Amino acid sequence: MQKSVIEVSGLYKDYQTAAGPFPVLKDVNLRIENGDYVAIMGPSGSGKSTFMNILGCLDKPSKGQYVLDGHPVANMEQNAIAQVRNRTIGFVFQGFNLLARSSLLDNVALPLVYAGVDKTERHARAKLLLEKVGLAKYLNSRPNQISGGQQQRVAIARALVNKPSLILADEPTGNLDSVTSEEIMTLFSELNQEGITIVLVTHETDIAEHASRQVRFLDGRIVQDTRTREIGTTETFGTPTNNIISEAI
Amino acid sequence: MFTAMLGEAWHAMGANRLRTFLTMLGMVIGVSAVVLMMAIGQGAEAAVKRSISAMGSNLFVVLSGPPSAGGARSATGNAPSLNVKDANAISDLDGVVGVAPVTMGKAQIVFGSNNWNTDIIGTTPSYLDIRGWNLSDGYAFSESDIRSATRVALVGKTIVQNIFGDNIDPIGKTIRIKQSPFVILGVLDSKGQTLDGRDQDDTIIVPLTTAQRKLFGNQLPGSVRQIMVQAESDNTMPMVEQGLNSLLNQRHNIREGSDSDFSVRNLTAIANSAAETTRTMSLLLGAIASVSLLVGGIGIMNIMLVSVTERTREIGIRMAIGARQRDILLQFLLEAIVISIVGCLIGIAIGVGGAIMVNIITKAEIIISVNSVAIAFGVAASIGVFFGFYPARKAAMLNPIEALRYQ
Ligand SMILES: Nc1ncnc2c1ncn2[C@@H]1O[C@H](COP(=O)(O)OP(=O)(O)OP(=O)(O)O)[C@@H](O)[C@H]1O
Ligand SMILES: [Mg+2]
Repeated sequence: MQKSVIEVSGLYKDYQTAAGPFPVLKDVNLRIENGDYVAIMGPSGSGKSTFMNILGCLDKPSKGQYVLDGHPVANMEQNAIAQVRNRTIGFVFQGFNLLARSSLLDNVALPLVYAGVDKTERHARAKLLLEKVGLAKYLNSRPNQISGGQQQRVAIARALVNKPSLILADEPTGNLDSVTSEEIMTLFSELNQEGITIVLVTHETDIAEHASRQVRFLDGRIVQDTRTREIGTTETFGTPTNNIISEAI
Repeated sequence: MFTAMLGEAWHAMGANRLRTFLTMLGMVIGVSAVVLMMAIGQGAEAAVKRSISAMGSNLFVVLSGPPSAGGARSATGNAPSLNVKDANAISDLDGVVGVAPVTMGKAQIVFGSNNWNTDIIGTTPSYLDIRGWNLSDGYAFSESDIRSATRVALVGKTIVQNIFGDNIDPIGKTIRIKQSPFVILGVLDSKGQTLDGRDQDDTIIVPLTTAQRKLFGNQLPGSVRQIMVQAESDNTMPMVEQGLNSLLNQRHNIREGSDSDFSVRNLTAIANSAAETTRTMSLLLGAIASVSLLVGGIGIMNIMLVSVTERTREIGIRMAIGARQRDILLQFLLEAIVISIVGCLIGIAIGVGGAIMVNIITKAEIIISVNSVAIAFGVAASIGVFFGFYPARKAAMLNPIEALRYQ
């Protein structure tokens, strides 16, 4: 029996709008075991990003419980939550969210600043990760000087830099062509083989097939939950790589 | 971590140079005004203190002539109503430790081919004690010089410089005052300026009787323009003042209610009020300058609030990847502090430079104390903390997901 990383029960989320409360998540229950690889699917507006934000401790549910690694998040104090965001979770945003005024190197190294890592090591680790995602040439570029797909890879590098045990990725391949998407998915598979739990949102079925389990949202509820593979048995597609990421992080 | 944040603050400031510069300018103006005003104010205070201590302590001067706003003027216009006997009577009053009758006037003096117009004071040896005036060279005249009205003189530093120059020792030389020869016995210590800016070293002191008979001889015998009186202490001054008035009223047969022909002035009180005035002035200058410092601080707060709003998304990103509230707080606080400290350093440089300029141009005394610079620095840094805190806290209290959604 695997230990649960994520345990969500009776979760509701309402957004306050001018027309009154607008329910987005309605009684969501989900348990994700350590080392699992989960793809969340569903039509636009079904509440996937809202759910991911709650999992990433960025937003709070209106009702219900979220237990992360055995700790109810509602009981955690601010600094502890900040530390979880910094060390436990690597979050890849749907819209990248890079700092426009900082170089790619500084962007990737930023989580390490808040982890108290010294400058030489920060830069060494950020550089290694940028190299692994194929951006070695752009260390000192600004986010607005590179393409959307490249920005996506910077965002992934930043999520990985502090060696998280849980990766939450909101449409990490939404802006990528199919070749680059495959590269990124290979990378995720490898991370999963390292034992890192991954939850990713995607619209594409072929992307979702990389995961071991597919959860489907519809109108704020989970309507389908299928396991296609046992936990920890992800296979890598395409050419086997030599543990590039685990080497890097 | 801290150095990384300091770097970020520097970076953020560099991202909008004009705005940073303008914000800093408020601080620069405030600090330079404070430093400059303190330098001028403290300089003025020091100058006043020096003239007060040069004047002598617990002093009264009794002037000839009726008391009026322009008492000193009428005293020199009419025949003097005081005389040496008045002075002798005063010296018997309780609480009086020194009395010196004084008569004075302007005269032309000559040494060789050099001419000089100066103040001549005719008085007794106790004048030097009362005023705490020492000799830097030679010796003073004595009571026997008073009795026999000898032609001897003590000269001030300004006179030495102007008619003897550096190479001649004035002691024992003979100068001519209003054509009569006087032998120089001693050179007076430098006293500097009076409160009203007269050069006290441009003075010659001669025996009272000599002045009366040989220099300003057209007056009633024994009459004097002023009597300097020194009280024993600060506490006895009111008593002495009362004693002076009643004694002189009695001696001059002045009935109660009618105008007297003399006036008593408390020089120490006048000096103290002058000191008080300069102190108030320098406080006032400092207060006005502090207002500009306050305005500079408000400018910092204003810009930091704009900056927090502009960078809401950035704050959300930082929080999402693990910044604690205090990291965000520190980041914005540091930015405000760096702006105010850099502004402060520039302000100190400009303030000190300005004070030196004032000194060069107006010759007014200035004092740039480490204290005043340290105070300006401390105040500026606290203004940075104080006015930077609210915007920084506002940033730290942002909800991460709302900050991330901010457009
Ligand atoms: N801040 C907000 N205030 C009000 N309503 C919101 C807010 N954010 C999202 N919503 C609403 O919540 C619903 C779910 O949004 P969410 O972003 O979770 O959808 P999603 O499943 O991620 O969609 P997509 O696939 O397009 O990313 C949408 O109908 C949206 O209009
Ligand atoms: Mg979404």
